[in-house]
Parts: sequence; structure tokens; C-alpha cells
Amino acid sequence: MNFASIEFAIFLCVTVFLYYTFLRRYQWQLLLVASFVFYAFSGWVNVVFISVTTLTVYAAGLLIQRIPKAAENRARRKRVMVICLLINFAMLAVMKYANFAILNVNSLLGLDFTLPNFILPMAMSFYTFQTMGYIIDVHRGKEAERSLPRFALFATFFPQLVQGPISRHSDLAATLYNKHKYCADNFTNGLSRILIGLFKKMVIADRLIPVIRELTGGGVIIADGTAAIDGALYTGSFVLLSVFLYAITIFCDFTGGIDITIGIAKTLGITLKENFDRPFYSRGIAEYWRRWHITMGSWFRDYCFYPMSSSKIMFKFGKFARRVFGDRFGKRLPIYINTMILWFLTGLWHGASWNFIMWGLANGFAIIIEQEITPLFSKFNKRFDTQSKAAFRAWQIFRTFWIMNFIRAFDIYPSVGATFRAFGSIFTNFGAGRFSLAAVGLFMPDIIMLSAAVATLIVIGAVANRRKKEATSFARVVFCASIGFAILIFGAYGFGYDVNQFIYNQF
Amino acid sequence: MTEKLIKILNDVRTGVDYASEERLVDDGLIDSFDIVTLIAEISNEFDLRIPPEYILPEHFNSVAALEAMLAKVREEWS
Repeated sequence: MNFASIEFAIFLCVTVFLYYTFLRRYQWQLLLVASFVFYAFSGWVNVVFISVTTLTVYAAGLLIQRIPKAAENRARRKRVMVICLLINFAMLAVMKYANFAILNVNSLLGLDFTLPNFILPMAMSFYTFQTMGYIIDVHRGKEAERSLPRFALFATFFPQLVQGPISRHSDLAATLYNKHKYCADNFTNGLSRILIGLFKKMVIADRLIPVIRELTGGGVIIADGTAAIDGALYTGSFVLLSVFLYAITIFCDFTGGIDITIGIAKTLGITLKENFDRPFYSRGIAEYWRRWHITMGSWFRDYCFYPMSSSKIMFKFGKFARRVFGDRFGKRLPIYINTMILWFLTGLWHGASWNFIMWGLANGFAIIIEQEITPLFSKFNKRFDTQSKAAFRAWQIFRTFWIMNFIRAFDIYPSVGATFRAFGSIFTNFGAGRFSLAAVGLFMPDIIMLSAAVATLIVIGAVANRRKKEATSFARVVFCASIGFAILIFGAYGFGYDVNQFIYNQF
Repeated sequence: MTEKLIKILNDVRTGVDYASEERLVDDGLIDSFDIVTLIAEISNEFDLRIPPEYILPEHFNSVAALEAMLAKVREEWS
């Protein structure tokens, strides 16, 4: 069930109605049933996978908690956690990466193993990460959930199941299982957030996806099932257009989905963590990653980056590196190796493709470069007092935006080679003379509509960011009505229109 | 130990008053890169490995918090 579909709207209305009326005494139990019904729509087999994860993690959590924390039990507690991690990551690895691994083995060794062609259960990456975070937390001393149904709701809560945010049990438990009285403010706030999300998705992202497909030949993220053309028809200046439009598309698609998720939760009285903090205003790459997909970033930081950095191997390697390479470089080397491993894993999490792996490594590389040149820039910034100058801050934002756009090119071209060729054509075959928006299906009415929609989003974001007090109920109703009309008039939907899944659903 | 920690912190990132600052992580004065650099430096200086469960923002918010965390690690892990 797509969030931007009539089926989902009906499902949500029925759930919210029952939640505040006939089943108000059984609110979290209703959400559990609704979550399984929602998930069952993606296929019954998928329910089996999510149930296995739920049961194994729940049991492992209780088992770890039962073993006393004394030093002599450390190994036993760790063993239970590791077995649980292995079972669940193995399921994810087989379902998500089997084809990719076999393809690479076949091509590397000239073999001909048959591809299993498993279909990745919806949201498997998200719920696996959320529950694995939970079991690591329990191993680190946090309280395990004693009730299986309550834990099952944490693992399957339907608004956040498909594309996050990746919640921590300690955060979600505080709000998920409580009784929630109907509150008009919460409800209208949630509704406006849902409508903003639908506006981003249906008015902007869904209109731009076909244009990007045309421009890039169907990349790894937005392929429509037809064979991708490994060699972009549109080169040079069109590549700049592709990555620019893709930045708007991925922002509207992903933040739109998260707006809907947080909005739905809010109508139910449940507070979820924000996943974005105006990332396109970032002035550096590391800052960008603190503001984009925040819950995934913090997951990788807390459960991969920190443990790798403080592991025994890195502890020994750090000493070795200092001895061999000297203090200055030796102390940075383990951190940079960890950074590259981390971004390799982040790329792999996004999908079983060399494009995603290259995308991850490019991010890691860019962050390391930024770390290395920051001291030089700091001297320059201090000398010329750049931080007090708005023009310089605007330049930093512009620079970060375009670096991230170029890194994201790996998402939209069909192969790593095609991405490099497209990027190279900016320098070798710019072709400003043949640039035309109409050639890729963007005519004046589309341009005016999209520009107005993006401007509306910027204004809404700026107002929300500066607003000190809550809007009045009347203002919220007017806002909801206006956005609703805008979606009805300008949204991409209806007969003959193939509604696009949210891009992050496929992860 | 306090002086050594302040010296390490200044090597990791300059321009912060570590002696009085109590919200190093919460106010974004040090980031995750600084934290792992700090972990490596502390490990090297004090020959002490910090287990991941101790790498929490509240343990890196001030020099006092860092000292308390290191004392706890020594007590529980050595």
C-alpha cells in the first residue's frame, strides 16, 4: 500500500477512527493489528520474515537481560547478541545481496551460477536496523521489552515501517504504548504535515521522476522496469540538469515520505524523531550528513563507527600506525580507514549495486578531504573573517549543495561507468547550445508550476523555522485546505498515471 | 589527568574553553570525528581501550564527565 494511494487513505481513516472511538481502550493493540494488516498487503511471505525478526530479537533481548552483568558473564551476553545479529543480518544479506554476490562471482571467476532472484521483503533494511539497534542497546545495559506484542509493535509500527525514521526503543516506547486522548491541535498539526508530504511527493517528485528517467536512461534508483540504457543520451549541460533535478526529487520524495510518517504518528498522538534538519542549508559535507537522514546516520555512528573506532583491532592498529607512519598521519589512519568502511557499509545498505557502493565511498572520501583541509580553511576564515559575511556563507552552502549533487549522480545513472562518462561529458562536451528543457519534457507550464511549488516549500520551511508560537486552529485549517487544493489541481495522480513508490521504500 | 585531557582535547580541536565548557557534544563544539580522534588519543596516552557502550554524548560533554567515564572504565574493565 503506497502512502499516496486511496487504499492507504481508507486504511488510515478507519484506523484513526477506531483508535479514538470504539477501540480507544486498546490503542496500541489496534496499532499492532493495523501494522500487520498494512504489512500483509505487501505479501504474506514478508510477514513471515518480519515475524522471525520480531521473535528472535525479542527472545534474545530477554535472554541477555537474564544473564547477570558481572564481568565473568560478558562473553555469554555477547554470544547471544552476536547470534541474534548473525541470524537477522544473514536473512537481510541473502534476500538483498544474493543476486549481486552471485553476479559478481560469476563475472569474476567465469562461472554460471543461477541467480535466485529473491524479492526483498518491503522495508527489511529498516526494520532489521531498528531491531538490531535494540538488541545492541540491550546488550549495552538498556532495559529489554518484556511483552512480545509490545515489542512486535515497536518492530512493525506501520507509519515508520516503509522508510523510517529508524527509531530507538527507548525513544519510541515512551510515546508508543501510552493512551492518547483525541487532541484537535495534534490532529490538525499531523494532518498539515501529511498534506505537506503529499504535496512534495505528488506535486514535485512524481512529476520530476519521468524527466530524470529520460535524462539518465533509467538509473539504479528510479528505474521503471524497462532496460536501462548504459550510456546517457543527454550529456554535458544536461548532466548538470539531471543532478540538480534529482536533488529536488530525492529531497521531496524522501522528506515527503517522512512528513507523512511523522504526520500520521502525530494524528495518533505519537511523537517520532525528525529525520531531516534543512540539509540543503549545510555548509559542509559532514554537516550535511548530520542533517540528512539523521536517524540512519546516528545508527551507523553509534552501532558501527564508534564500536569500530574503539575495537581491539583498531586499538592495536592505531599503535602500529603511529610507530610506522609517525604521530601526525599514524593517528588519523585508523579513523580514515573506519570512515571508508562505514561509508562502504552505508552504500551497501542503500542497495546491492556498485553504484551505491561507489556513492558511499565517494561520500567517505569527500568527508576525509574535508577533514584534511578544514585546518587550512580555518586559518583563511579567521584571517578574512569570512563567517561574518553572508555572501561567503551562501558560497559554502552552494558549494556543499553541488558536491552532494555530483556524488548523488551514482544514484541516477545505470552503471558506475555511465556515471563517470556523464560526469566527464560536463568537461568534454558541455554543449550549452543544444540545452533545452523542452527536449526532456519540461515545458513552460511545468517549469512555472514546479518553480512555484519549490518556492512554496521554501517559504513554508522558513516560516516554520522562525515561528515562535503555534499557529491558530483557523490558520491550520486554511493551510490544510490550500495544500489539499494544490495537490488536487497540480498533483500527479489519476487514471493512466503510474503512481511512483517512494524511492526509499525499496531499501 | 585533567591537564592531560585538556591538552589532548586542544590537539583534537582548538578554540574551545575545555576547562569550563559542559556541553561539548550537546552544543556541537565537538563532533563524531573529534570523538573518535579523542578515543584514539586517550587510548594511546593512558593505554586504555574505551568499550563502545561508554561512548555516549553525556560522557564527552565536559572534562569532568570524561574523567568520570575513564575512572569507570578502569574500574570495570581492568
